[in-house]
This record gives sequence, C-alpha cells and structure tokens, in this order.
Amino acid sequence: MQLSKENLLAFYQTMVTVRTFENKAAELFAAGKLPGFVHLYIGEEAVATGVCANLTAQDYITSTHRGHGHLIAKGGKVDLMMAELYGKATGYCKGKGGSMHIADVDLGILGANGIVGAGQPIAAGAAFACKYKGSGAITVCFFGDGASNRGTFHEAMNLASIWKLPVVFVCENNMYGISNCQRDHMNICDIADRAAAYGIPGVTVDGNDVVAVFEAAAEGVKRARSGDGPSLIECKTWRWRGHFEGDPATYKNPEEQKAWLQKDPIPRLAQKIIDLGYATDADLAQIADAVKAQVAAAVAFAESSPDPVPADVLTDVYAGQ
Amino acid sequence: MKKMTYAEAIRDGIRVEMKRDADVYLCGEDVGKFGGCFGVTAGLVDEFPGRVLDTPITETAIIGSAVGAAAVGLRPVAEIMFIDFTGVCMDELFNQAVKMRYMFGGKAKVPLVLKTICGGGVAAAAQHSQCMEAWFTHIPGLKTVMPATPADAKGLMAAAIRDDNPVIYIEHKQLLGLSGDVPEGEYVIPLGKADIKRPGSDVTIVAWSWMVHRALAAAEALAKEGISAEVIDPRTLVPLDKDAILASLAKTHKLVIVHEAVRTSGFGGEIAAVVAEQGFDLLDAPIKRVTAPDTPVPFSPVLEKAFLPDEGKIIQAVKELF
Repeated sequence: MQLSKENLLAFYQTMVTVRTFENKAAELFAAGKLPGFVHLYIGEEAVATGVCANLTAQDYITSTHRGHGHLIAKGGKVDLMMAELYGKATGYCKGKGGSMHIADVDLGILGANGIVGAGQPIAAGAAFACKYKGSGAITVCFFGDGASNRGTFHEAMNLASIWKLPVVFVCENNMYGISNCQRDHMNICDIADRAAAYGIPGVTVDGNDVVAVFEAAAEGVKRARSGDGPSLIECKTWRWRGHFEGDPATYKNPEEQKAWLQKDPIPRLAQKIIDLGYATDADLAQIADAVKAQVAAAVAFAESSPDPVPADVLTDVYAGQ
Repeated sequence: MKKMTYAEAIRDGIRVEMKRDADVYLCGEDVGKFGGCFGVTAGLVDEFPGRVLDTPITETAIIGSAVGAAAVGLRPVAEIMFIDFTGVCMDELFNQAVKMRYMFGGKAKVPLVLKTICGGGVAAAAQHSQCMEAWFTHIPGLKTVMPATPADAKGLMAAAIRDDNPVIYIEHKQLLGLSGDVPEGEYVIPLGKADIKRPGSDVTIVAWSWMVHRALAAAEALAKEGISAEVIDPRTLVPLDKDAILASLAKTHKLVIVHEAVRTSGFGGEIAAVVAEQGFDLLDAPIKRVTAPDTPVPFSPVLEKAFLPDEGKIIQAVKELF
C-alpha cells in the first residue's frame, strides 16, 4: 500500500503530538504538579496512530491505563486532556477521572481504564451495539500483553467471534506487564497465536512501524466493516518508561532497552518521509514546533483553569438527578 | 388486570418494554431457546428475533458487553442465571458499569439491567441460594430492585429498563409461581417508592422479596393475638424510601427488619442505622433484626429450614418488643 504524503505527514503530526504530550506529562509529574498516577505511552506512538488512522469519528475505541496516545490519535483534545491530568473542572471528566479514565463518548472514546483487560468485553458490547443498530461503525479494543492473560480476553474474544462482532482487538505488546517481562508471564512468543483458539485471524506486526500497523489495522477494520467479524493484531513495541512515572524500572534488561530505543518509531517515520521527498527536516521541525506550542497552550489552559468545587463530589453519580 | 404468576409478570414487563423500545435487548445464558433457567423468558426469542441472545457461559462478557452496548445507546437486560454467579462479573459491574458516568464527568449513561435470581428454600446449597443484595447496595451508582409480588415484578422491571442507570433486578425463586393481579400493557412502578403491604399500628415490619410473604403470615398470626403489624416492602433498596419507613414508625414506634440474607453487614443494618440517625425519637424499643445466621446456605432441608427466617422467628422477635 502506497500511503500519500498527507497520510504520512498526518501520522507524523499525531506521533509527535503524543510524544510531546507525554514528555510534558513526565516533566509535570516529576515537578509534583500532577496528582495520582501517570502511565506514559512514550515509544508506542506508532500503534495508536496507525490503528486510529483507519477509523472515522463514528467508530469507537476502548483504551487502557496507558491511554493518552489512543485518545490523541482518536481526536482527543490535548487541552481538555491536560486539564484532566491536573484534576481541573475544565478537564474531559471534570476532574473526576484523571489520567487513567479520560473519555469522550462523543468522539467514540469509551474511556481509558484503570482495570487491566476491562476494555475487552466493553469493546465487544460497543461492537454489538453497532451491529444491532446497523450503524456501520466498528470498535477497536486496545490492550496490552498483560491483559491478554486475563479472563476478559478469552470471554470477549470468544463472544465477538461467535457473534461475528465488528471489533478489532489490538494488542500492544510492549513486553511488560508492570515489572513482569512477557517471557515470564506467558509461554508463547506471539500473542497473535491466541487468535487461533477463537477461529479468527491473528497477525503480528512491528509495532514501531506506523505503516505496518496502519496496513494490518486496515485489514482488520475492513473485515469488521464487511461483517466478517473480529480479528487480533499484535503490535510488538516497547515501553520506554517504567510502568508508571516514578517507577525506576530496574527490572528491565538495559541491553534490551538500548536496542529498542534505537527503534524509535518517530525518527523512522521521519526518515521515510524525507526519503520519499514528502518533506524536509525543516518541514518536520516546523510540525514539531507547532505541536510544542499546542501542548504548552494546553498546560497554560490547565494551570489557569478552576478546580472543581467541593459540591461537585455529589454530581454525576446517577443519571437523571 | 390479568392474573399472572410472578414469572409471567416479569416476562410481560420485558415484553412490553421490548415492544416499546427497539433499543432493548435481552441476553444471557439460556435465556432464548431454553426460555431461561426458570422459564421466565420463555417464548421471547420467537417474539423478538435477533433481540434475545443466548450467550456462552461467560458472565464477564455478558455484563462487560452490556456495559459497552449501554454506553453507546442500547438498553440491555443482561441475565446472570443465579446471583451467586455475579462474583464472576463484579469488576464489570462495580468498576465499569457504575463508575463510567461519574468518572467521565457525567458524559455517559449506562442504562443496563442486570437481571438475576436469589434465594433459598429449594435445597440448592450454598452456591445457588444466596441473598447478596447488600453487596450491591454498597455500590454508589447502582440501583437495587427486589420485587415481592407479580404486579411489583412487572412494574419494577419496566422502571428498571427505562432507568438511565445500571440497575440490578433481583427475582426470588420462591416467588416465581406466585399468582396475582397484574395491570396489562405499559405499567411502571417508580423506583424508590415503598409499598405498605399490610397496614398496622403496633409494630413496623420491614421486609423485602420472599420475606414480605413470611412477614405477612407473621402479621396475620399476630393479629389474632391482638398485635397489629404494619408490613412495609421497600421494593427497591437503592433508592430506599426512608420516608415510608419513618412515617410508619411515627405510628408504631417499634421496628423489626426481616431479611433472608445473612446478618452481618446485611441491608437490615443499614435500615437500622437510618432509623437511628433520623428516627431515634420515634423508637420505643430496640430495633430487632430477623435474618439468616452468618453461615453459608446449607443443603439439607432440615438445616436450610433452620437457616431461613420464618414466621415463627418473626413472631418471636415482634413479641420481644412488647
């Protein structure tokens, strides 16, 4: 598949936005400005970007506790996201969700999720609703290697398979479930092999190659839209940071870490764009500068936003109140 | 009005709502061809093709998928065959369904009904007989419904389906065959409105689900001895009609709470606390609780009889107040 200049530049912009947002979040967390936990997506940007580039505004995603990248790739606004990280009233969730639970149902974002694997049956249900209503929309379920060991994985995959639901399960195999390396938490090399157990296609792709991810996701999305049911795409990637900010990640093998940092998906895409003559270094630097300004504006927006008022603790518990 | 059993009334409630609203669907283990483990949903699969879905044995996916479907616009009625099996899908219920709205800052609604059945008396032992409503009442964002009569069963099912929040609707095995007059067509009983099942003036007995009937039998016997018991059925534990309980106490000044669930941390404790906080001056005697003891539900009918609250235990508790 030959991707257009516009496609590749859009990928670049999204990936740089995620990276910039995350680097800023790391900096703010270290400075003590963000409450709670923050789980960063640095290094995995090609997955969300390549997958979501196949989706429309009507499609749905379920995300994970490492969700900032998915949200940005699905169209989430960085200012509202940043305000939520600060716990401000202007945030996506009015300060009630925080980093791990950002959502925008209008954009099809059914939430980052603090429970590993919880998005899998929810995605199946959203896909069921799309099929039931005949809306033509589909759902993408992002989850990690650790989540593929949960019962939710099996139950959602099985239900989606027998009901031929329009859902694409995207496993971001970043090789770590908190401190447990994939080698220690499962006895197989490729998580995509698990698709065979449900009678659905399973493919493994280089998760640091946005084009490879885009192409694999295009297949899965096409299959889902045409009524043929779910598929499983495993994107092999690497979590650059600790599980959460503040985790020194001493359990990681430094050699492996070093090797993976060489496979940074952003310079790889930049090189491709330059080789194809779609942009110059200066053009790409201009994109990066614009993104930097956008993220800086998001921080300014968050910092100047009001806190929720204490009475808000009681609102939004029940609909219709 | 039409005579219906409790089971038929539940089915009628679901049927009317499915006819009314194409977004309502029913799913669960054996709810379709088999008609439900207790026949409650019999025939609906033929009436509503594509909207009554037999699932695999997959409680996590039943409730998890219902959460996803509800969040994007459907109104699932998702059955968990026995309340004892809800442990398998508790994450989907208490971490997902009920928190989505709050954690999303009010920008989601999850109108799902978790339909299930509770209760003992059929020698089904400890994994098919429990009354676990207190678990669910402890979850903010969830509503808990426990109908005791056919008419209530229908009207509360309609309200549960129409509600924009997650609702657990708990049937009782002992009541399925109970017959009564049920309004035909659309019939909705608002959640949070108690029903005085029997008026009285000397003592208030608060009971729900099957225990309403045991309380009524006890009240009947007590009347013969000159004690007039008022039986209040809250019908929904969340929202709880505190006003109805306090109003009754303003008349009777004595309170007995009856539930089939085990004693410790049972919902009776919550009602007692509400009364202690808001109606202490109304009380002329200590509050009594008649409950199952803190054990798993036993198998042997002899042991189960000893386990369950009954008319005799209720009468004894009431008499201790006089």
